[in-house]
Amino acid sequence: MKPAPFTWHGPRTVDEAVAVLAEVGHEGKVLAGGQSLIPVLAMRLAEPAHLVDINAVAGLDRIVVDATGVTIGALVRHASLERDDAAAAAQPLLRQALRLVAHPTIRNRGTTVGSLAHADPSGEMTSVLTLLGGTITARSARGERTIPATEFFVGPLESALAADELAVSAHFPAASAGTGSAFVEVARRHGDYALCGVGAVATVDPAGAVTGLRCGYLSVSETPLTVDLTDAWNSGDDAAAATAAAARAAVDPLPDIHATAEYRRQLAGVLTVRAAEQAVAQAVQRVGTMGRDNESGHNEEDRSA
Amino acid sequence: MVTRYFGTAVKRTEDLRLTTGHGRYTDDVGTGPDGEHALEVAYLRSPHAHARILDIDVTDALDVEGVVAIYTHEDLEGAAGEPLPVLIPHPGLHAARTGYALAKDTVRHVGESIVMVVAENRYLAEDAVNRIRVDYEFLAPVVGIEASRAAASTVHDDVPDNVAAHLVQERGDARAAVAGAPHTLEYDLSIERSASMPLEGKAVHAKWDADDASLRVYSSTQASTSVRAAIAAKLGLALGKVEVIAPDVGGGFGVKIVHPWPEEITVPMAAMRLGRPVKWTEDRREHFISAAHERGQEHHVRVGFDDEGRILGLDVTFWHDNGAYTPYGIICPIVTSTQLLGPYKPANYRVEFSSVYTNTVIVTPYRGAGRPQGVFVMERTMDRIAQYLGRDRTQVRSANFILPDEFPYDQGLIFQDGRPLIYDSGNYPDQLTMLKEMIGWDEFPALQQQARASGRLLGIGLGCYVEGTGPGPYEGAHVNVQTDGSVEVAIGLTSQGQGHQTVFAQIVADELGVDFDKIRVVTGDTRRFGYAVGTFASRAAVMSGSAVALAARKTKAKALRVAADVLECNPDDLEIESGLISMKGNPSTSIPLGQVAVLSNPLRYAFDEAAKAATQFAKPADPDKPPVAEGEEPGLEGKDYYSPPRSTFASGMHAAIVEIDADTSEIAIRKYCVVHDCGNLINPMIVEGQVHGGVAQGVGGALYEVMAYDESGQLQNASFMDFLMPYVTEVPRLELGHQMTPSPLNPLGIKGAGEAGVIPVAATIASAVEDAVGLRIDAMPLNPSKLFELRATATALTTNQVREGLTP
Ligand SMILES: Cc1cc2nc3c(=O)[nH]c(=O)nc-3n(C[C@H](O)[C@H](O)[C@H](O)COP(=O)(O)OP(=O)(O)OC[C@H]3O[C@@H](n4cnc5c(N)ncnc54)[C@H](O)[C@@H]3O)c2cc1C
Repeated sequence: MKPAPFTWHGPRTVDEAVAVLAEVGHEGKVLAGGQSLIPVLAMRLAEPAHLVDINAVAGLDRIVVDATGVTIGALVRHASLERDDAAAAAQPLLRQALRLVAHPTIRNRGTTVGSLAHADPSGEMTSVLTLLGGTITARSARGERTIPATEFFVGPLESALAADELAVSAHFPAASAGTGSAFVEVARRHGDYALCGVGAVATVDPAGAVTGLRCGYLSVSETPLTVDLTDAWNSGDDAAAATAAAARAAVDPLPDIHATAEYRRQLAGVLTVRAAEQAVAQAVQRVGTMGRDNESGHNEEDRSA
Repeated sequence: MVTRYFGTAVKRTEDLRLTTGHGRYTDDVGTGPDGEHALEVAYLRSPHAHARILDIDVTDALDVEGVVAIYTHEDLEGAAGEPLPVLIPHPGLHAARTGYALAKDTVRHVGESIVMVVAENRYLAEDAVNRIRVDYEFLAPVVGIEASRAAASTVHDDVPDNVAAHLVQERGDARAAVAGAPHTLEYDLSIERSASMPLEGKAVHAKWDADDASLRVYSSTQASTSVRAAIAAKLGLALGKVEVIAPDVGGGFGVKIVHPWPEEITVPMAAMRLGRPVKWTEDRREHFISAAHERGQEHHVRVGFDDEGRILGLDVTFWHDNGAYTPYGIICPIVTSTQLLGPYKPANYRVEFSSVYTNTVIVTPYRGAGRPQGVFVMERTMDRIAQYLGRDRTQVRSANFILPDEFPYDQGLIFQDGRPLIYDSGNYPDQLTMLKEMIGWDEFPALQQQARASGRLLGIGLGCYVEGTGPGPYEGAHVNVQTDGSVEVAIGLTSQGQGHQTVFAQIVADELGVDFDKIRVVTGDTRRFGYAVGTFASRAAVMSGSAVALAARKTKAKALRVAADVLECNPDDLEIESGLISMKGNPSTSIPLGQVAVLSNPLRYAFDEAAKAATQFAKPADPDKPPVAEGEEPGLEGKDYYSPPRSTFASGMHAAIVEIDADTSEIAIRKYCVVHDCGNLINPMIVEGQVHGGVAQGVGGALYEVMAYDESGQLQNASFMDFLMPYVTEVPRLELGHQMTPSPLNPLGIKGAGEAGVIPVAATIASAVEDAVGLRIDAMPLNPSKLFELRATATALTTNQVREGLTP
């Protein structure tokens, strides 16, 4: 398990980085936190001739929080974003999801933009970016463009980035007034990729009635899936069952050695209701407390008897 | 003798070094600033489960700069090119087959090594491996017990039914007893494959001294003396020209007891041929596909019992998946077939097993070694009987227990050590009483009812086992008192982090009367101790511990003889404490142990101050007596061996409370209790650590670990991403109770503790999950997806009522 030979490049600026990428084209790979790429190289599942290591590129590690939302540079580690209180206040779903991304040690090194670029449909943040309608900004020697999440995730492990493009930042829109969010998942072990995960964003009116419910899914579709479940949630007597059924119908899971497709479908239904309940409760609370942030969605297992 | 160390939780001597990165593992050898850089090896391993090798083309690989040598089977000379040994032959193993150090004509599992590349470093070696082209003729792979039994294809041409071994043992007439019993049940039970999966994989480092024509090999092994003998035999060297050292070893759990691994032959061979140190460190992928697995078994059970649940006849037939070859014989299925009986005494018992070939990785014992399967079968049987009779599960067990006054108890079978299966001691009823109290067995039904009322599914379960530990044939120890009063202890048995340096020093400290910190223990180094068997079957404490005690006693006897001579008294009048020998009741008459060591070795030359005392003109001596008396030897040392008549039987019981998420079928262990009897405890903290680690592996076997082979024989989860070992977050907090029934078989009254924790976990969890969901659990491991499936398909048939599995 040793990588094939490659040439290492250590650009110091974004311009240098995209210049190298332009030169090496399809032979090159960007190296960010390395938490996904290094194992792939070690197992020789990919043998890029050039690695463009962006870890020393200046200015990519900033988290900017403003009225529009949270913008993170390509070197912002999962752990930094998770711990950033301003980011959590502006968009609570970020922290709610990030604490379920892998283990703390991996979050210390892995970057959030890297996980978006990796475009894994089992990644929490791909699903979050899609659910929130965020964007990715990419730079190349040819120029800069901003790509909406819905166009960014093309297939499993396939993004809209061209070979010469560097994702320089990602933008997550702020939570608007009257919304609440939650993120829940089931994984085989703590910190594993989820068998199914669900993020929910609920909107309530001042009277507490749910006016919007959107859920984002991971591990149950080829690209991050977002479903509008407002009608199901408001469908009357057995709304929870209707919502679960709608979720189960919307997902298209595949079986693997850890779980059958049917089981994942079941999880999609169960977790949708759990996430929705938490999101609605948070929305109601936020309306009630005039937007003061207060996180819910605490689903750490109680391990005592 | 004042016992000061035996039985106390002395802190482990090895921990500071190991936990601060100062361990020295095989991969570290030669890597220091003055180390001699070793060439590194990578193997081309078969990507196919079953194929004939038509042609190997290494031309391109030779072009890689830094490649030093490439070897295939054709390059192996003499015994090195012959099939690997069948280490433990057995009359029942009628069709033993083994592979080669490098595959000869046919590969029989993914991962079998075909070509060895030696290069300046591992990167280059792997680059070269990628450029080797092998032409294969594909053969039909045999995957799984069912396919093996059907034998539509065979793993070995000359074994048409794929059966490597077949064995029947019987006490009484079990079939007649089942037929005549008032109640009978019949069902199938199965356990999937898992693996030892030590943190450090295998590793070999070899250095050839051409001038001395001698070889030094470091290997991450559980049996260095035997690896030495195997290397000498395979490479045509005199035993005295081969040294094998097991330095720090990062876990073994069974996989490193097999030897010689192909790499233990080819790496030293390359070192000899190339005249440079050569090393190979197994990577994780290699460990998955070319080391060893265990546990894969399917069982068919027929049982007859009376109204009390007493078993009148038990008739078990099972199939053991031994993978592609049988280098370690059939130890695991033998252990299952005998240890299945646990603490019980069925009136009649028949067991029959077939060990079958498949095109998968070989099997070696993995901690527990066949016992988890046997216990699963027996404990599931107890639960079924209880369910059938509507009795409490603990009552049925009690009705079948061997009672305290029935020891020694002869089960009437032959155990894995070739000796009769005779339990030496134990107290199972007391154990159960302790366990029930700890887990709250009698209070649980109320708790369960209450939980159900609020939609929560709680279940309780238990599992009991008896474990034969400390099998022979022997272990030895050498205790050597230095002239400064410190003590060197050497044993041939190896250590994989269990705490041998600590516990053996505890034993010597008490036996010899020296302070603990004056004692250094060396393990698994053939330079220091040449005869040993190895670390497996929970035998280190029992075997080496006893040998260490005996060797220390010999040393003490000699120390007292020499001291008595000097102090002009009777040895019986002397005692040793803190390294000082003194007259009982007259402590002013004394002599330090170190000085006795000086005097015990009559010298000609005074190389230091202390040595002067032992030179020929230093003291008056009887001119008519030889300086070394008849029957004596120079030096203050003692060497002895311990060889027991048979194994000693430890035992234990586990109980768990689990909660099943009604919607997601996730399985959470809410409470886990262990009662454990390994006789006298040398170091309770180390025993507890062993139990904790064992239970963690047991949880892996119960809920997480499988070897997911597809039908073409590809292992789909050959990485830590997909082979799920429990993290600490998945392992429950343990409540542990010790029971001590000393073994009458050895001088210290101890029984093995190494494997215990793992043994009944799958059985216990199955019992608890069954209780929670009211559905039969007859295959482990279980996971939420499987449990969901089970609940989804079975709800139509049952409502919180265990289905009966009786075949009409
Ligand atoms: C044991 C383990 C468990 C994990 N569990 C989870 C989990 O539960 N959920 C989850 O979401 N993730 C999980 N991960 C992955 C983790 O989140 C990674 O950090 C993430 O997928 C990739 O981020 P990185 O910075 O490490 O990227 P790298 O590994 O450096 O790169 C990943 C890929 O993205 C490309 N890339 C990276 N950055 C850029 C960029 N700025 N522009 C263009 N291309 C880029 C690389 O070329 C490469 O192809 C796990 C990883 C491990 C090792």
